[in-house]
Amino acid sequence: MNIFVFIKRVPDTESKIRINSEARTVVEEGLNFILNPYDEYALEEAFRLREAKGGQVTAVTIGRDEALVTLRKCLAMGADEAVLVKDDAPESYDGLRAARTIARVMEKKFPSFDLLLFGKQAVGADNSQVPSMVAELLSLPQANVVTKLEIDGAKGVAHREIEGAVEKVEFTLPAVVSAQKGLNEPRYETLRGIMAAKKKQIPVFSLEELGLAGDALQTQVEITKIDTPPARQAGKVLGGSPEEAAKQLVELLRREAKAI
Amino acid sequence: MFLVVIETRDGKVKKSSLETLSEARRIADALGKDVAAAVVGPGLDALAPEIAGYGASRIHFLENPLLARYSAQGYAGALSLLAKELAPEVIFFSASAMGKDLSPRLAARLGVSLAADCTRISVVDGRLEFTRPIFAGKALLSVRLKSSPQVTSLRPNVFLLGSPTGKSADVIKKEVAIDEGSIRGQVTEILGEKGGELDVTEAEVIISGGRGMKGPENFELLRELAAIIPRSAVGASRSAVDSGWIGHQHQVGQTGKTVSPNLYLAFGISGAIQHLAGISSSKVIVAVNKDPEAPIFKVADYGIVGDLFQVIPPLKEELKKILAE
Repeated sequence: MNIFVFIKRVPDTESKIRINSEARTVVEEGLNFILNPYDEYALEEAFRLREAKGGQVTAVTIGRDEALVTLRKCLAMGADEAVLVKDDAPESYDGLRAARTIARVMEKKFPSFDLLLFGKQAVGADNSQVPSMVAELLSLPQANVVTKLEIDGAKGVAHREIEGAVEKVEFTLPAVVSAQKGLNEPRYETLRGIMAAKKKQIPVFSLEELGLAGDALQTQVEITKIDTPPARQAGKVLGGSPEEAAKQLVELLRREAKAI
Repeated sequence: MFLVVIETRDGKVKKSSLETLSEARRIADALGKDVAAAVVGPGLDALAPEIAGYGASRIHFLENPLLARYSAQGYAGALSLLAKELAPEVIFFSASAMGKDLSPRLAARLGVSLAADCTRISVVDGRLEFTRPIFAGKALLSVRLKSSPQVTSLRPNVFLLGSPTGKSADVIKKEVAIDEGSIRGQVTEILGEKGGELDVTEAEVIISGGRGMKGPENFELLRELAAIIPRSAVGASRSAVDSGWIGHQHQVGQTGKTVSPNLYLAFGISGAIQHLAGISSSKVIVAVNKDPEAPIFKVADYGIVGDLFQVIPPLKEELKKILAE
């Protein structure tokens, strides 16, 4: 199988987020960047499919040179190849912009593939829209938020999480699948993998050579404001015995907070 | 004109779709616009009075036997035909599991951008401004969409459900042409549907447990509370999920679900930054924890410093009493 996994470099989920409200951006200084946690499940699934059926796994990202570090991590975990689409634009929060770039890379550089894997969302932008958009732009079937995936020849079956239940989605390859936590247990990089990843050549494609320079990727999302939500205040601490505290709590929830 | 895509499950309208319709109606009233609704799937026109009551003045039922089961390709195809015919200014979805799957597909088909999972929509100088949490709620992003139609999805459980009126709507039933070959992926079965078990994103009350629960068996205590509180669900912190005490679909926080219940009860959860981000839009937060220094107390409206195993039994009794009133 020829599998492509689309990954993103994101701020660590433990990060405190600071805003530059004038520039309408998140302050990157001081942030620790990691491989998007959901992309780890996508990569792991790709490795498992490769182990079961043979083939190749390519990790792809869009971004600045800093993303090369994240791609090397993917190689160290087990990806055969990695590709950077160089785009120096700041975060646009425009899923269509990313999806158009990905669709174009596939059409121009890798027209033959079986499976496009994503994390169900990139933590941070929290958009959850790029996989479906790529599927549409490339006329492929999609299965998002997947917790189980089986491929048999040109057919796939995925379990996808919905409210209080699981949807079984059947599709034909090639297809787009996005991974949810629970799909598998991602592996760590090995020392050998890390050493090999260091030496690996990572091709870098420019937007120009993909025919996406100039206005082709003009974002349609105009950012008007980024701010932090009002901080919650610490409330009342209820004292007394557990019985007294429980009684007081229920009273307050009913009479004061009107929450039950 | 605004178009609201109504989602159904088991032949019923999803509550989050009615919340979305209610909000679309409110904005439309402020701007003097019409609201139409679209329902995809055969044989659902009996839902018209309910949908009309929440504010749609025209309802389009898009029918085809191929749409009996959900497929992103089929549904996006049917809706894109309607969108081209009606040329709505805004298309609203609920950011439910289906809405999150379908709305980007439709937006891409129409060649437009999407403001996803919004928690506030305001009208600024006659234009819509969409506000959505980023970093699981650590920050809020406000955007305008320059492309037309504007496509948006609204987070469930955030927007106020309107009061239904007795108004009626024009009902338009349409047989949509769909090429069977264009649907290459489709839902074939819904598994593990537990009657009445709510998802944490839909629950009005969430009863959550963390490391302080000490083991999987003790989550039973939380399930017992859930059984007596209407429209409630059991949640969990990442460490409880990673310890294998409860399924990941219950996880609340930055690598789980971002939730907005009326009431969030946190038992034995210390309050890592990822967890606090995920619960920040809860209306009321209650924390029960042994450690008075636990960060969760900094955001809790009510806190009990103590052993959750001693607090839960009397709490259960008190809740039973008051809920019976």
